[in-house]
Amino acid sequence: MSSSKTMGARPRRRLPSSAEVLRTQRRERISLALRYIILSGVGLLMLYPLFWLLGASFKSNQEIFTTIWFLPKDLTQLLDFSAYYNGWMTRTEFTFATYFLNSFLIVVPRVIVTLISCTLVAYSFARFEYPGKKFLFSIMIGTMLLPPIVLRVPQYLMFKELGMIDTYWPLILPSAFAIDTFFTFLVVQFLRGIPRDMEEAAIIDGCNALQLLWHIVVPLLKPALISVALFQFIWTMNDFIGPLIYISTVEKYPVSLALKMSMDVSGEVDWANIIAISIVALLPSLTVFFLAQRYFIEGATSSGIKG
Amino acid sequence: MYESKRLGYLFVLPFILGILAFNLFPFAASFALSFTDYPLIGAPTYIGLENYEKMVFDDDLFWKSLTVTVSFAVIVVPARLAVALFIAQVLNFKLRGINFFRAAYYLPTILGGSIAISVLWKFLFQQKGLVNIILDTVGIDPIPWLASERYAVWTIVALNTWQFGAAMVIFLAALQGVPKSLYEAAEIDGASFWQQFRNVTLPLITPVIFFNMVMQIVNCFQEFNAPYMITEGGPLYSTYFMAIYIYDEAFKYFNMGYASALSWVLFFLIVSIAGVLFWSSKYWVFYSGEKERAR
Repeated sequence: MSSSKTMGARPRRRLPSSAEVLRTQRRERISLALRYIILSGVGLLMLYPLFWLLGASFKSNQEIFTTIWFLPKDLTQLLDFSAYYNGWMTRTEFTFATYFLNSFLIVVPRVIVTLISCTLVAYSFARFEYPGKKFLFSIMIGTMLLPPIVLRVPQYLMFKELGMIDTYWPLILPSAFAIDTFFTFLVVQFLRGIPRDMEEAAIIDGCNALQLLWHIVVPLLKPALISVALFQFIWTMNDFIGPLIYISTVEKYPVSLALKMSMDVSGEVDWANIIAISIVALLPSLTVFFLAQRYFIEGATSSGIKG
Repeated sequence: MYESKRLGYLFVLPFILGILAFNLFPFAASFALSFTDYPLIGAPTYIGLENYEKMVFDDDLFWKSLTVTVSFAVIVVPARLAVALFIAQVLNFKLRGINFFRAAYYLPTILGGSIAISVLWKFLFQQKGLVNIILDTVGIDPIPWLASERYAVWTIVALNTWQFGAAMVIFLAALQGVPKSLYEAAEIDGASFWQQFRNVTLPLITPVIFFNMVMQIVNCFQEFNAPYMITEGGPLYSTYFMAIYIYDEAFKYFNMGYASALSWVLFFLIVSIAGVLFWSSKYWVFYSGEKERAR
């Protein structure tokens, strides 16, 4: 405890009277109650819309329009998944099975190349010494402030030159070069916090650089790498403008584009179908978040606090 | 081994290549293209400052989208930071279930950028959607959220404020890092809760306020998904954000030169605001000089 040191220097405090103790306790209890009330109130305000929409996917249009309560009046409607079925089948020749598969064809390779490139680059930044490192590192920090929108047009022209329009390459390739600098930064910060003892021991034992990286550093980096993988997974699932620019064939649409299309095609006729398929579209991200929310919050926190 | 410059360069090589190919080169190219007329077919023709002149003197849509974007950021950035700081302050207590609340509040940030949420958001603000149903029960006439020039932008503001989670977890970590002894000392001196917040908490978390502010500004100026999906820039361009304008010019009308000029103006705007913030930071951001934080 830090207070023990200062205690000696300062005159001893008089013991609080029992009335004072009671008052403090009461104040703490009121504060606690107030906090729970605020937290629950705000939580309800934030999450109720999601519950309402979940319920709406089981309601008729007529009922969606009129009810504030999230459950349908007739609870047996909860067994009727026809909105989910219709939403999944879509009005196009493809079902959402195709679109989900497409999304995963983008997400999985992208996560893998992100992990590899970020680890290599972060390893270099956090452990090695060479001229120009500081400069490169500051470029990396600088690009976090560089709005991607400035780069869209030339990047598009470049990928067009390379004949990669209407393929997934423009969405995956940049990540193979560690330019999602937020992630590299996150791994660098994490690695800097790990003592070098184990690596030094392994060097003495004659490990080469790649063995060292694979057998010692990567296992130590696991929590940071999990954060990176999860963030990249969800951000890529959410990505809309990327596919919107580069993918033009419906057959290759990822979920985000397909949702936009479903919305445009069916307009506001079948509310429940659109709501249902939107909920389904959120499921992968929701699942990942609930399974591993610790890693998200740690990742988000470390990006802002350290360094 | 860590003295080996060769290995150091080898491992950082992907980044050097990537930053050149995907960032620095496009960045320079974008600047060059902003002085050209480039309808994608044929080669770009150099037209000097014409794009910028047209923008400033002859393009109402540019001014409209600029106004929309700036006023949006002016509302959303403080709103998000205030809510985030308030909730973080409430959470910073010996609470049971703190992890649950933290996760619940962070969830919208994770999902908020997705198209699915935009679709759902649109339903909430329909003429007969949940928001108006609630207003109706408390006796307020329904508001044409999506159809009115005046209200449409507020649906986007609401969606963005809803996503305060990222800023909140950073604030919370910073609040937890403020040494307890400072509060104890303030308490002995008889400082009220508000005085403690004003004189102990706020100064110590200014670095984090600064960080959050910069990140949120960069973010808000690029808002695209929600206005594109929910209001489609309308009605009457009332949610026509710069990002949508740039997208339309580039990928709908294929005016690559003009789109580049627009994006450089947006970039310049973000950089100037960030620059002013960095400059002003020496007057209000307080660095205590100690690197490690108390756990």
